[in-house]
This record gives sequence, structure tokens and C-alpha cells, in this order.
Amino acid sequence: MASTQLTKKRVPASRSTVAMKYAMAVSGLIMVGYLILHMYGNLKVFGGQEAFDAYAHHLRTFGEPMLPYEGLLWIVRVALLASVLVHAWAAITLWRRNKAAAGYSGGKRYHSSKGATGVQRSYASFTLRWGGVIILVFIVYHLLHLTANVISPGGASDSPYQRTVNGFEIWWVVLSYTIAVLAVGLHLWHGIWSALTTLGQNRSKTRLASRLTPLAWFVSAVITIGFLLPPWAILLGITG
Amino acid sequence: MKITVRIWRQKGPEAKGTMVPYELDDVSEHMSFLEMLDVLNERLTLEGEEPVAFDSDCREGICGMCGVVINGIAHGPEVTTTCQLHMRTFNDGDTIDIEPWRAGAFPVVKDLVVDRGAFDRIIAAGGYITAPTGSAPEANNLPVPKIDADHAFEAATCIGCGACVAACPNGSAMLFTAAKITHLGLLPQGQPERESRVLNMVEQMDAEGFGSCTNIGECTAACPKGIPLDVISQLNRDLMGALAKPGSA
Repeated sequence: MASTQLTKKRVPASRSTVAMKYAMAVSGLIMVGYLILHMYGNLKVFGGQEAFDAYAHHLRTFGEPMLPYEGLLWIVRVALLASVLVHAWAAITLWRRNKAAAGYSGGKRYHSSKGATGVQRSYASFTLRWGGVIILVFIVYHLLHLTANVISPGGASDSPYQRTVNGFEIWWVVLSYTIAVLAVGLHLWHGIWSALTTLGQNRSKTRLASRLTPLAWFVSAVITIGFLLPPWAILLGITG
Repeated sequence: MKITVRIWRQKGPEAKGTMVPYELDDVSEHMSFLEMLDVLNERLTLEGEEPVAFDSDCREGICGMCGVVINGIAHGPEVTTTCQLHMRTFNDGDTIDIEPWRAGAFPVVKDLVVDRGAFDRIIAAGGYITAPTGSAPEANNLPVPKIDADHAFEAATCIGCGACVAACPNGSAMLFTAAKITHLGLLPQGQPERESRVLNMVEQMDAEGFGSCTNIGECTAACPKGIPLDVISQLNRDLMGALAKPGSA
């Protein structure tokens, strides 16, 4: 058996695992960009009902008459849906492949109980896959709650501001959103660094030495805190 | 020192393996890790048992032949090759778990020996330059910026031991492949084949069944040669560039 014979079936590099990671990185960064805009809108809650509802209305009339009513919103929705699908497809495909590539034998890769948490990897890097599933389930719940208002704890309303305040005056709604936002924070803690590295931007010898790492920490911390402020402020009666 | 080792024993590629404990009463702290295994094997041979199969060659940390997972970490607790690890790293009474590199692309041949032919095939797919050999050319004919020369050399120190794959929870060979892409891609001699090299090596890496990179950096933490993590971004940049060229894919 000549071990250097290149007899294995190859697929073009444009459909390689590395190319799939590019798709995952780009779709992820699109969603990070959206989260920053979303967070900005949320913080309008501190400006009171009028400011919040006017902002929500303006999103629908943005670009008129060049765009139809809700035109921009639908463009964003389609782009986001495409990003979610690409991101999840790449994640699931690579997840399955990587499990086989790690060579598990009888449910375990290494039988030693030592070294299971790695040498230098972050806690956040363990949360990406199941955290991603939690985030996906949350997005469905969140859309049914505040977008469609099919789920309306605390009472339904035509006013986006009123919906938000009604919901976040209930402790378990705030708790569920807090868990989801923390999952997003951990996802981005590693995800932003990973996406930028996949797109070829890391020039440092280690993860911790790279300037991309504090950048990822900063963006994920800002997004986490920015999303947690409105629900907690409403629950504690600071606003609303 | 009194040491208990738990070693992965597997009779052949298709056989079912298991962890088997052995007690060693008289281990010197000056022994290398592989000498400790040699002592165990001498005893097993005298007792009429099958000795533990493991790979080693130079025992100087430069050939890349040895390598086992020690207590769940590729090459063990020190950042070096298994042969350069010494028993003084461990304490009297320790139990040490010894397992083979575990990866879909590295099938176990016997006990701690795995087949790393997949690495050879990745190199054969493009990890070289096509140039007539013979006497060395005049060095000053091809100026190389110092920073590129240093970086290329750093990447070229890869000995192909496979610890990066064993340490990667995804069984990815990105660090290995990217080291060769960086080594040749930064030097003038590597330019003519720079694009075909990255395309072919990535295709072969996938065909061998290695996993994808999640950029957690466990590979660089295990690498006995200190291959830097930025080589992975270099591969990513090179592949993007090659794919962007019309007619490349």
C-alpha cells in the first residue's frame, strides 16, 4: 500500500470545509451588524413611549417613496433569514463532519478524564454549538412574542412600547430573555474572533495575543449589556 | 518513583481496544517518557506478554515520529515532543493515561501507533516547489525580506507529528496544512504554485476526512515546534485569493 497515492475522491476547494467556514463567518458578521442596530433601537425605550413608537414607525416608512411601506424591513428580514439558514446549514454540516474527524471510539475520544477542558481554550468556545441551538429556539419565541405578539404575557398591544413594557414587567419573561442574551454574548465572545480569523485577519501567534480577541470581547460585552439594560430597567421599575 | 500507567491496548486496526493498567515500581525521574515505556516493554517481553507498540525514531525531538496523548493532552503536560518529556514532570504515585492520537484520518494500527499517511498525501498534493535540484543557488540572487524569511522558517519547523490534529476537538489538520502554505507562500520560490498549492492541499485535506477549524487554538498549545496560529489566517487569505481568480474553481 503506497500511502502517498492521491487516490481519494476530492471535491473542489470552492466547496471545501474552509469555504464553508467563510460562509459561516460572513453570515455571522451580518447578524452581528444587525444586532448592533437592533440594540440601538431597543435603547430608545429609555426615551419614552413616543420616541420608541416613532422609531418603530419610522423603520416602516424608511426610504419612502423609493421603497414601499415596510420595504427596508423586508429587505433586512430576507437578508437575516438567508444568513440564519446559511449559518445553521454550515454549522450542522461541519458539526457532523468534525465529530467523525475527531475519531470517537465508543462515545469517547480520549478515555482519560484529565485534560477534557483543553489547555487554553475559552469557556465560551464550548458553548457555540448548543448555545446556537438555544439562540435559534429563542429567536422563534422572541418573534412570536414581540414581533407577531401571538404570545403576549402581560397583555397584547398595538404599541411596540407597550408590548415591551407589558412583557418585561414579568420576572420569567426577563429571565428567559436574560438566558438568551447571555447565550448570544458567549456565542459572540468566541464567534467574532473566529469569524475574523477565518476571514484571514489574525496576524498574531496565539489567540490571546491577537488584537481581534479584545475586539471580540468588547463587541460582545457591549451587545450583551445593551440588550440586558431595557428588560432589567423595566422589571426594576427604572423605566416604563 | 512508583508510577501506574493506563495504556490503550488494541491488537490491530479492526480490533476493539481498551485501557490496560500496568504498575511500574522503579522509575527514575531522569528517564524520558519513552524510556519508561521501554522498561515496561522489557518486562512485558520477559513475562511473555505482547509489548506495547509505539512509534519513535530520533528521540531528539526533531523527527516527528513519536507522539501519544498523555493524560488527555497531546505530547503530555510539557510543550515538547513525547520523547523529550521526562518522568521528573510527574510525581511519585501518579497514574498516567496514555492513548494514541485519535482522529478519523489517523486510523490506529496497533496500540499507540497510528497511520499518519494522510499528512504525506496532503504534502504530495502541493506542499512542495517544482524546481530543478542540484547544487545550491547563490543565496544573494533572491533577496527575501528578513521578516518573511523568519516567518517562513518558523512555519517550516513543522515536523508533521500530528499533535495539532490530536489536540483539535474537531480533528482538523488546518495548522499542519497552513504551516506548509505559509512556509512556501512567503518565499519567492513558492510563488508560481502558490494558488494551485492552496487549492490542492485544502482539497486533499478534506478528502482525507479531517475536520474544520474553529479557531480555538488548542493545536498551537500542543505543537512542540511552536507553529504560530496566524498561519491559519494566512491559509484563509491565500484560499480566498485563489478562489477569487477566474477559472480557479
